Amino acid sequence: MRVLLVDDSCTMRNIQKRILNALGNMQFAEAGDGVEALKILFSTPEAFDLVLIDWNMPNMDGHSLVQRIREKDKTTPLIMCTTEAEKARVIDAIKAGVNNYVIKPFTPEMLIERVTTTLSKLKAAA
Amino acid sequence: METATHTQSARINPKIIVPFVDSVRRVFATMVGVQTTVQRPHLKALAAPTYDVSSIIGFSGDIVGSVIVSFQKEAAERLASAFAGMSITADMPDFPDAIGELANMIAGGAKKHLGTLASITVPSVVIGSGHVIARLSDVPCIVIPCQTPVGAFAVEISIKQIKPARSNQGGAQ
Repeated sequence: MRVLLVDDSCTMRNIQKRILNALGNMQFAEAGDGVEALKILFSTPEAFDLVLIDWNMPNMDGHSLVQRIREKDKTTPLIMCTTEAEKARVIDAIKAGVNNYVIKPFTPEMLIERVTTTLSKLKAAA
Repeated sequence: METATHTQSARINPKIIVPFVDSVRRVFATMVGVQTTVQRPHLKALAAPTYDVSSIIGFSGDIVGSVIVSFQKEAAERLASAFAGMSITADMPDFPDAIGELANMIAGGAKKHLGTLASITVPSVVIGSGHVIARLSDVPCIVIPCQTPVGAFAVEISIKQIKPARSNQGGAQ
C-alpha cells in the first residue's frame, strides 16, 4: 500500500509509519506541509492508496490541502490526523472532502482501525 | 517561591485549568506511556519559563494568548525519546520537533473543551536556561506543575477569551 504522510512533525510521521507498518507491505512518502504534499501528489505517476493529513502546518494547512486535492482528485482516500477536534472543524474537514478523521493523541489501535475501516468502506462502495 | 494563595485561587479559572490538566494526562498516557501527576496550579509573575526547554503555542480567534510547556532538560530528553520510540538528546534536530509536537497535542486537546473556536499556531521551541518569553501583559499566567517518573514539566497558560463561549463545540473523539 502506498501512503503519503503529511505532517510538519517528523516525529509524528515516524510514529505513523511505525504503526502502519503493522499492515504489511507499506511504501511511504512524506511531506512537511501542504505545498510539499501537492508537489508529491501531482508529480507522482502512481496513485497513493491513502493520504494522512495534519491540520496545523506551515505554508499550507491541511484543510487547504484537502480542498486543493479534491479540486482534481475525488477518489484518493484522505484521512485528517490532527489535534483539531471541535465539531466545527470536523464538519469543515468533511465538507472539504476527507473520508475520515483521527484525533491526536491516538493509540496504535485507533489509527489502524480508522485506516482499515476507511479503506474497507471505500472498497465496498466502489 | 510562589505559592497558591486565596487571592490567586480566585483568579485561577477552573474552566481553563481542567481542559489542560485532562489533555496533559491524555497525551502523556496515550503517546508517551507515562502517568502524570498534576500539582496545584498557581499564578506566576516572572517572565522566565519554569524550566530550560520551552515549547510555545500561540492562540488566535475567540481566544488569544499563548501556552508554554516548559520542561526540565533531562525530563524533556527522556519524554521525547519515549514519545519518538528512539533515543533523542537535546542537541539532535528531532528534539525540538518531538517537544513541539507534545505541546501541540496538549494545546489542541485542551482547546476543544474551552467552548470556543480558536486556532493554534505551529509550535516554536526555545532551549536554554533563563530564557525569557514575552506574554500578553494584561493576562495572568497560570502555571500547572506536572511530575512524571522521569522528571518535571509545567504548563504555563496565558490566554484570554475575547468572544463568549459557543455551545456545542464538544468535538469528536
